[in-house]
Amino acid sequence: MEKLLQVNDLKTSFFTHVGEVKAVRGVSFYLDKGEALGIVGESGSGKSITMMSIMKLLSDNGKIINGDIYFEGKNLVKADEGEMEKIRGNDISMIFQDPMTSLNPVLKIGDQITEPIIKHKNMNKAEAYKRAAHMLSLVGIPSPEDRMKQYPHEFSGGMRQRVMIAMALSCDPKLLIADEPTTALDVTIQAQILELMKELREKINTSIILITHDLGVVADVCSRINVMYGGLLVETANTDDLFYDSRHPYTWGLLGSVPNPNTLIRERLKPIEGQPPDLLNPPKGCPFAPRCEYTMKICMTDRPPMFEIGENHKAACWLNHKDAPKVSSPFKRGDK
Amino acid sequence: MSNYIVKRIFASFITLWIVVTATFFLMHAMPGGPFDGEKKLPDQVKANLETKFGLDKPIMQQYGLYLKNLLKGDLGPSIKYEGRTVNEIIKYSFPASAKIGSVAILFSLVVGIYMGIVAALHQGKWQDDLCMIIATLGVTVPSFVLSTFLILIFSVKLKLLPPVGFDGPLNYIMPAIALGGYSLSFIARLTRSSLLDVIRQDYIRTAVAKGLSKKTVIFKHALRNALIPIVTYMGPLIAGILTGSFVVEKIFGIPGLGREFVQNITNRDYMAIMGVTVFYSAFLVICNLVVDILYAFIDPRIKLE
Ligand SMILES: Nc1ncnc2c1ncn2[C@@H]1O[C@H](COP(=O)(O)OP(=O)(O)OP(=O)(O)O)[C@@H](O)[C@H]1O
Ligand SMILES: [Mg+2]
Repeated sequence: MEKLLQVNDLKTSFFTHVGEVKAVRGVSFYLDKGEALGIVGESGSGKSITMMSIMKLLSDNGKIINGDIYFEGKNLVKADEGEMEKIRGNDISMIFQDPMTSLNPVLKIGDQITEPIIKHKNMNKAEAYKRAAHMLSLVGIPSPEDRMKQYPHEFSGGMRQRVMIAMALSCDPKLLIADEPTTALDVTIQAQILELMKELREKINTSIILITHDLGVVADVCSRINVMYGGLLVETANTDDLFYDSRHPYTWGLLGSVPNPNTLIRERLKPIEGQPPDLLNPPKGCPFAPRCEYTMKICMTDRPPMFEIGENHKAACWLNHKDAPKVSSPFKRGDK
Repeated sequence: MSNYIVKRIFASFITLWIVVTATFFLMHAMPGGPFDGEKKLPDQVKANLETKFGLDKPIMQQYGLYLKNLLKGDLGPSIKYEGRTVNEIIKYSFPASAKIGSVAILFSLVVGIYMGIVAALHQGKWQDDLCMIIATLGVTVPSFVLSTFLILIFSVKLKLLPPVGFDGPLNYIMPAIALGGYSLSFIARLTRSSLLDVIRQDYIRTAVAKGLSKKTVIFKHALRNALIPIVTYMGPLIAGILTGSFVVEKIFGIPGLGREFVQNITNRDYMAIMGVTVFYSAFLVICNLVVDILYAFIDPRIKLE
């Protein structure tokens, strides 16, 4: 089957006055039609920039310097602005982290939601308004006709994120990229928004890429997970395998930071000690080596390749080399 | 909303009253009177004149009388021009000022905003540099210097525009540039920095992510937000044009209220100075009120309460 999205060796850099910030340093992954893929990793690991590269939404000093991004067989890296305008909001849409700042404060909600519908679906204003109202009720906004006459500041954070979701889904995109859609929200609202996304996923057959810091969140929604670190993909696996048979110490660290749902008291989160790598001068070897408990000599000098572990499961860690000492995940099946 | 406006109107009256009072007493505290000219008048003549205009009465009584007439909209007689009232002076000379002033405001808004947009969209390129050099010159060169240069170039050297007078549209061009030059530069800078700031906002990224064209993103999503600070600048802008008119009208020989006002001051025409000051203040207060209401319409987050 043809992949919906295939990213090959993507490298994206920002050219700043202090030098080239290598935000994404060679990332490859794919997405099947209808699939929900999770992307996790600490702040600064390049999750957002990978997605911005796909949408070609990079700021002026950012540039894709290598790689291909095939979307339905079309290479987006080579697409011009005009072609991207037809794809954005139509085939691929995106929801951002902060719903408080993601809507235009001086335009009515109705104007903002109908915009992509009028642009991509060739509808007139009246039809677009009807469709927008339908989308708003789908995401659980009561009396949508009235709400469309209001401005963003008359909506709460959770409501605004619902508006963003309705807007993103208004043109039936084939791919929805949600970049930490719940991080800026209260815990209870977070749960509601996630519930909504799961529900919509069953109703609308859209592929999803969900970015988050929180492994607990992805486990709930996604069937497959990419773990990113220092601008690289360090592990990719089906959700189950990642939780119970992870092969990368960084993933173990992330798993250690997830509160255990079985103990009633929220365990103190164990952050991973140390600093993420400097992307101006990325280390020669494994980017995680300076913070890793199991560092070997080779880790400091050679960047680990993606070792094939199993079906859909790859990990970039020298521990998976056949000559490496046997160390296994502290998180095993049955733990949870 | 109407509650807010009533409150604002009340506050405006207080402001005006303070301006009137301060001007009145300051003027009377100045040494010399309206009849102290180059030639000294005979004492008897001077005393007669002072009686005629009530200047011999105790100062508080003069003040009370002035306020009473003011409430009726009567600004009193001119002391220097026989038989003319201050109301007539304003009625006669304000239209010329208003014409030049509105052309200057329009000019500084349209050109200033345009320059600001061009500069922001070409940040760091030559268009940006050019606009900002012009804008820097505009805020540093005083209007009388600018006026002189304009006359030198367009009237004396190129012989394109008439240097003085107020006969037709050609007469408007140089005074409007001289009057609006500062505001234009200020607006250009404000538009540029405001637009650059708005372009980095999340909602602009959202607009691009929806697949909107660059033109729609800039003109529908960014500009509306970027122009909000410009609206707040409208009050000072109008005030600047008013005060600028004192000099510029004199240079270009425009029979406007600004030139008249300067004349009144040199003449120590108490009644005219008071009257024109009150008129200017009322005008500014009303402009500011209108701007504030306008502001609430442009930015839906502002509630007039
Ligand atoms: N405009 C920019 N100029 C320079 N560097 C940038 C720019 N945008 C991002 N970066 C750098 O790129 C790196 C990756 O950023 P990215 O936003 O992808 O991280 P992330 O994984 O999404 O983190 P978070 O979880 O905080 O959102 C960061 O180190 C950041 O400093
Ligand atoms: Mg991010």
